[in-house]
Amino acid sequence: MIKIKAKDVDVFYGKKQALFNISLDIEENQVTALIGPSGCGKSTFLRCLNRMNDVIDICSVKGEILINDFNINDKSCDVVRLREKIGMVFQKPNPFPKTLYENVSYGPTIHGMAQSKQEMDEIVENSLKKAALWEEVKDRLHEPGTGLSGGQQQRLCIARAISVRPEVILMDEPCSALDPIATAQIEELIDELKKEHTIIIVTHSMAQAARVSQNTGFFHLGQLIEHGSTDKIFKNPDNKKTQDYITGRFG
Amino acid sequence: MNLILFTFIVLLGFTSYYFGRKKAYTIQSTKKRLTALPQFYGYYLAIWCAIPAFIIFSLWAIFEPTIVKLLILSDYSNQGYLDDELNLLYEKSKALSRGQFTGEITPFIEASAEKYLSLRSIAQSSKVVIVLSAIIASVAYAYKRISSNSRTREPVEKFLNAVLFTASLAAILTTVGIVFSLIFQTIDFFKVIPLFDFVFGTHWYPAKAFVRDSSEALDPTMYSDTFGAVPIFAGTFFIAFIAMCVAIPIGLMSGIYLAEYASTKVRQYAKPLIEILAGIPTVVYGFFAALTVGPFLKELGTSMGLEVSAESALAAGGVMGIMIIPFISSLSDDVITSVPQSLRDGSYAMGATKSETIKRVIFPAALPGIVGSILLGVSRAIGETMIVVMASGLAANLTLNPLESTSTITAQIVVILIGDQAFGDPKTQAAFALGMSLFLVTLCLNIVALRVVKKYREKYE
Repeated sequence: MIKIKAKDVDVFYGKKQALFNISLDIEENQVTALIGPSGCGKSTFLRCLNRMNDVIDICSVKGEILINDFNINDKSCDVVRLREKIGMVFQKPNPFPKTLYENVSYGPTIHGMAQSKQEMDEIVENSLKKAALWEEVKDRLHEPGTGLSGGQQQRLCIARAISVRPEVILMDEPCSALDPIATAQIEELIDELKKEHTIIIVTHSMAQAARVSQNTGFFHLGQLIEHGSTDKIFKNPDNKKTQDYITGRFG
Repeated sequence: MNLILFTFIVLLGFTSYYFGRKKAYTIQSTKKRLTALPQFYGYYLAIWCAIPAFIIFSLWAIFEPTIVKLLILSDYSNQGYLDDELNLLYEKSKALSRGQFTGEITPFIEASAEKYLSLRSIAQSSKVVIVLSAIIASVAYAYKRISSNSRTREPVEKFLNAVLFTASLAAILTTVGIVFSLIFQTIDFFKVIPLFDFVFGTHWYPAKAFVRDSSEALDPTMYSDTFGAVPIFAGTFFIAFIAMCVAIPIGLMSGIYLAEYASTKVRQYAKPLIEILAGIPTVVYGFFAALTVGPFLKELGTSMGLEVSAESALAAGGVMGIMIIPFISSLSDDVITSVPQSLRDGSYAMGATKSETIKRVIFPAALPGIVGSILLGVSRAIGETMIVVMASGLAANLTLNPLESTSTITAQIVVILIGDQAFGDPKTQAAFALGMSLFLVTLCLNIVALRVVKKYREKYE
């Protein structure tokens, strides 16, 4: 089933065009990897999906992005509700300067999802369990989130993102600041999370794309060169540029 | 004379720099590798010029007067003069030699004055000779010594280290000196006025304590009920409180607006405009408070049937608050702007609105800096003098009514030190006692501020 349908998306930073005519379908409950050399626009595209580009003054987005057949670029779209449905994990772990508990309860609080303290406790516990962090931190939920290691911080950010039960999770190079062991933990987690969420991950590591994703899109210079099943892209790409990138001849 | 000598030594310094570098180039031209860049050879020689000059100048400044005095007074030894009389004789002859002596000139003094002049000129010329020869000798020695493998970089770096250390030491020692001068005068003050009366007394009328003739005996009972500092401490904190009631909300909100809401263009113009407020001299704020705000409040109050003094704590505190706005707004703008964008992104991505993000993420993250800026504002408010002197009167009323006039520590120091004053008098020393208390208050405030900031740092980093 198609979860997200991007149609002819153009993105401009001021006068400079960053994305050209991107059309891409993203399947539900699967992991879609976006790969490509630095500056190719894959992160920009990711940020279109939860309208994070709104934060940047000079950035403008054109075209349609349909999520559950609803165009999120439409004026009637409520960004607060949209971002409740579409969670995001960033490149550098960015826990808030609050306790672990407050970090995870942040989303449910601002969306009014828990009626009682007990309900909130459950949400926090469940989210931390799903993010495979519960066992490590259950005794220090009221210590600052910034005191964790890098990998733990990133899993905390994942727990924070899934605490509001989003349908889609966007991950912008979530492992690029982590060591190989923490990376392996996150990748394992991604595999688990796709049962309940649709995941789109931007990554620089082709090995990671091959390991975690079912579908892959290859971006180059603001254009979507090729997309399809990860198997096909990595083993038998249609486009010469994709072939060159996959085999490490550029980028 | 000294100025010429000094200029000459500076020129010598430059010359030795030039020669040092030139020698380094000469060594370089023989295809030998230097241990440091040629400049370092120059600096090295310049240091060899500066150090002996500095040492000799300091020694001269310390010992010359003593030696001259000893030599002059040796004429009078064994004549049965007392120490005090000898000192007076010396001062008289010194004054005469400068042509500033007005008393009766005795041949003795005249002879001493002549001797003083000749000794001084000998001292001067010998200083010139010794300094210059010492410099030339040391530079020549160093010049001969430097070669391709001599170490010049380390001494130069060490010298810089020492110079910078001396500079910071001077700043610290000055502070210590000020504190000590306060302490001794304060102790003298409390010898006459019991500490208990000062800290708990509720009457502050320094005008009652007329400056006493030094021949009169000191009578402590004369000062009872005169130096009770409670009203002025209360007034200080009260006016500071009013000022902060104005400055914190407005300053903080404008800081948040500038950092989070204002477009780049608005910020570019608004921030300097707000900072202009900080550049207005406090005396201008003072007459703004005394001549505009005070009468306006009085009229407003009268029209509402309230009794408002023309010099009210409200006028002074309110205007002081306006003066402090730019400190708080500018500093909190800076700390809020320096909160990493990644935290904002994280919050927006969770679906938080701008105000939720500010309230729940940015504000806590920026809190240490904001607390710091507020405490800085408070110490400004407590130390502010001019506005209070002009707008809130000088009578130290013990009141919590913002519409009456009160006075502050700083304003009372001004009151005490204007007009007749004598050192060693309790009235003058009261100013030192007040200064000391003010210093202690701001010191405590700074310590608290540092503690708070550190605590939040530990929690949030």
